[in-house]
Amino acid sequence: MAAIAHELAKQQREISVAEFFEKNRHLLGFDNKRKALLTVVKEAVDNSLDACEEAKILPEISVELIDMQNERFKVIVEDNGPGIVKKQIPNIFAKLLYGSKFHRLRQSRGQQGIGISAAVLYSQLTTGRPTKIISKIAPEEPAQMYELHIDTKTNSPEIIKEGIVEWKKEHGTRIEMDIEGSYQKGFQSVDEYLKETAIVNPHVTIIYTTPKAEQMIFPRATSELPREPKEIKPHPYGVELGILIKMLRDTEARTVQSFFMNEFSRVGPGTVKEICEKAAIPPNTKAGEINMQQAERLIKAIRETKIIAPPTDCIVPIGAELLEKGLKKEIKAEFYTSITRPPSVYRGNPFVIECCIAYGGELEKEKQADVLRFANRVPLLYQQGSCAITKSILTTSWKSYGMQQSSGALPVGPLIILVHLASVWAPFTSEAKEAIAHYPEIVKEIKLALQECGRELLRYVSKKRRVFDELKKKGYIEKYLPHVGEALKELLQLSDKEKERVNSSLKEILEKSRKVEELYEVVHDDEEGKLGILGGGESEEGE
Amino acid sequence: MKRENDVLDKIKELASDVYKKIIAMKKPELSAPLRSLSNVTYDPKIGYFELNNQFKTRSMSVSTVKTFAQTLKILGLSKNLVETDDIATKREAYYVSKNWGDVRFLEQAESDTIMDDVEAMFMTNREQLGFIPEEKGGDVSGNLIVIDKDPTTGKEVRIDCTKMGTGAYSVPSSVEHLEFETDAKFILAIETAGMYQRLVKHAYWKKANCILISLGGVPTRACRRFIRRLSDEKKLPVYCFVDGDCYGYLNIYRTLKVGSGNAAHINKYFCVPNAQFLGVTPQDIIDYKLPTHPLKDVDIKRIEDGLKNDPFVKYHPEWQKALKQMLAMKKRAEQQALAQWGLNFVITDYLPKKLENKKTWLP
Repeated sequence: MAAIAHELAKQQREISVAEFFEKNRHLLGFDNKRKALLTVVKEAVDNSLDACEEAKILPEISVELIDMQNERFKVIVEDNGPGIVKKQIPNIFAKLLYGSKFHRLRQSRGQQGIGISAAVLYSQLTTGRPTKIISKIAPEEPAQMYELHIDTKTNSPEIIKEGIVEWKKEHGTRIEMDIEGSYQKGFQSVDEYLKETAIVNPHVTIIYTTPKAEQMIFPRATSELPREPKEIKPHPYGVELGILIKMLRDTEARTVQSFFMNEFSRVGPGTVKEICEKAAIPPNTKAGEINMQQAERLIKAIRETKIIAPPTDCIVPIGAELLEKGLKKEIKAEFYTSITRPPSVYRGNPFVIECCIAYGGELEKEKQADVLRFANRVPLLYQQGSCAITKSILTTSWKSYGMQQSSGALPVGPLIILVHLASVWAPFTSEAKEAIAHYPEIVKEIKLALQECGRELLRYVSKKRRVFDELKKKGYIEKYLPHVGEALKELLQLSDKEKERVNSSLKEILEKSRKVEELYEVVHDDEEGKLGILGGGESEEGE
Repeated sequence: MKRENDVLDKIKELASDVYKKIIAMKKPELSAPLRSLSNVTYDPKIGYFELNNQFKTRSMSVSTVKTFAQTLKILGLSKNLVETDDIATKREAYYVSKNWGDVRFLEQAESDTIMDDVEAMFMTNREQLGFIPEEKGGDVSGNLIVIDKDPTTGKEVRIDCTKMGTGAYSVPSSVEHLEFETDAKFILAIETAGMYQRLVKHAYWKKANCILISLGGVPTRACRRFIRRLSDEKKLPVYCFVDGDCYGYLNIYRTLKVGSGNAAHINKYFCVPNAQFLGVTPQDIIDYKLPTHPLKDVDIKRIEDGLKNDPFVKYHPEWQKALKQMLAMKKRAEQQALAQWGLNFVITDYLPKKLENKKTWLP
């Protein structure tokens, strides 16, 4: 037996993160060539936007895709952000799970610091080419250039080339990578992603050059930067056992009491006392000495203790007005309505739902509504079916809001439904961050937002219908009324003057009564007047 | 019932009424009796469904302005026809509308509905207005001479219905001008063309000294009027021989005898109050062991509806009994089911037996 154990031991070794993702690239959104191209652009743009906003710079981002033939593309993304200091460049771009975002709770696009280095890794795996980075932190500083690979065994940067280059930009970062991909327009395309990004980031200007060398510019609609999101400490309701144990191990606090008060939001001495009593652990127990069983008791005690909801000023919604502005500049509809819901909480994480609906105009009439999903200002283009946003739309009764809808389907009509979730920690169903998880609190908030927009939509649609009916009636009068005069003229040998008098009086009579009629008129079959004036009774005769 | 000039007066009266209302800045109105079974009464002394006083009035509104104009246009056409002593079929009237521009009819059903409305408004029949139906009446053979006029010369034409061979005289769409000579004892009105053919083929009319008339389903107005005039003027009883089902009872026979709800405004002229029901009764189905078909859901519904809403059925307990009997056995039989006992069983046995014993009949 021992021999076998020794034999097995030879095969047992640490798997590097890089190796793991090499084998599981679908987890990060590199399932196929088309999606890979989108993911690479998305990771680079998300990083640029986060960096600009953190530095309070109005983002101006240029994206260029160059078709290198044989399903290879050069992706170039350049921003006017704060730049990256020289020694950090290799780690940020060529070390997986390195970043500033994972260890803090603050609303941002990226969360784990895995995205851009995964893109670099993907480029390396499919083309073998290094990724080229140029970054400059101030006008007087030189622009630093790196060409990087990732050592997949050790998950560390491998510097192929480094140096100083001429770069006209005052500050910013430029990334160039060659990847295997495929480019198509339409649904789930880079074009669509950038357009949607422009919608929910009205303060951003994007200049985009497609592989077909077409240039698209998405100009900003406001020069106001979003308020800076506040960093918050986790709320006790949001922690799970593993995280609690890790936090207990890493904390600088000495006792359990100071641990809870320092590391969590909304925990005061009273709350700690209650938690500790329920867990039967003295508050002055050393934090580092809490064992597994005690940690489990603490988790249980937290669940049983009433704790104030986390602060919500850490959430930065886009704002109903700006959201509408963003949608207006990219989508030509005739009616828009939007709402930002008050903050709410799921599992200790505060979040805000925003919704905007565009209707009519140039939107296609006889098709299912387009759904635009966003989390922390990032468009979600894949896995629409498994997303909480989609579920909420499907389970809302759109018939009540003047739309057509077959059961279990999206509403049909010239309609775009946009939903945005802003949260310090957006719950995704997978690491690829494509669909929002179905927390009941989130679904409830989305539905409330949809209903509020729906009511505005109904108001508009009904009004439009009324105006339409009114015009139709006006047409009726003008079209058919002269025939009444004509017929009476024939029947009674009227003069032309008398005939004119009939027509003008009749017009006045009908126009005057229209208001009243609207109230009483039953819906009738208007198919060119199939309705007889007096109508018969039952049709029992074979005549 | 010749075409009277008072139709012209009625048209002008209505038109000037509309005109005056408009000039007075009031909404013009059209009103006609409500045409439905709920608005008729049955009194056997009168003999037909009589209209009650329910009226339906529509004032002109934006949504009815088109049909209003069409109604006036149809009145204009009618006035023209009466003045020039011409006629137009319902189909022709529909085509005439094609040069009315925006108010032309798109389907004949639209113009037919408006003609029905006008008819009801004036409480007259459409022939008075110059409109005639497309369809012709029934087929006639037997001991009867019809005296008609040659349409071009106006000379008298005598049509001997005993000399039609295996064919038949066919009732024209307008029958008001016809005169009759006959020594027959009764009129036998038959539902199906098949049964009629059999009786003609074997010259049953000679044997029974009668006049055979094929109704062809629910009889047309002309056919009803023909039977009515013939029966009134020659004092002939009318016997009905139809399928043993609810359609034969409640549609064909009931309409022939007392008229319908839908055309109640003209029942006075277009029904045959002295018609009697010879068969096939539900009891006949049992007595003659006829092959049957099961009642469908619609049949059952029709019978139940008749029992509940038809003033004629409600008046006659015999009919209620018969309909309930049919409901109970859930079966119906066709006239031609008599062939089960031999093709000519109907001539040799059924009709003679039935004629002998009127107790097996229904009112």
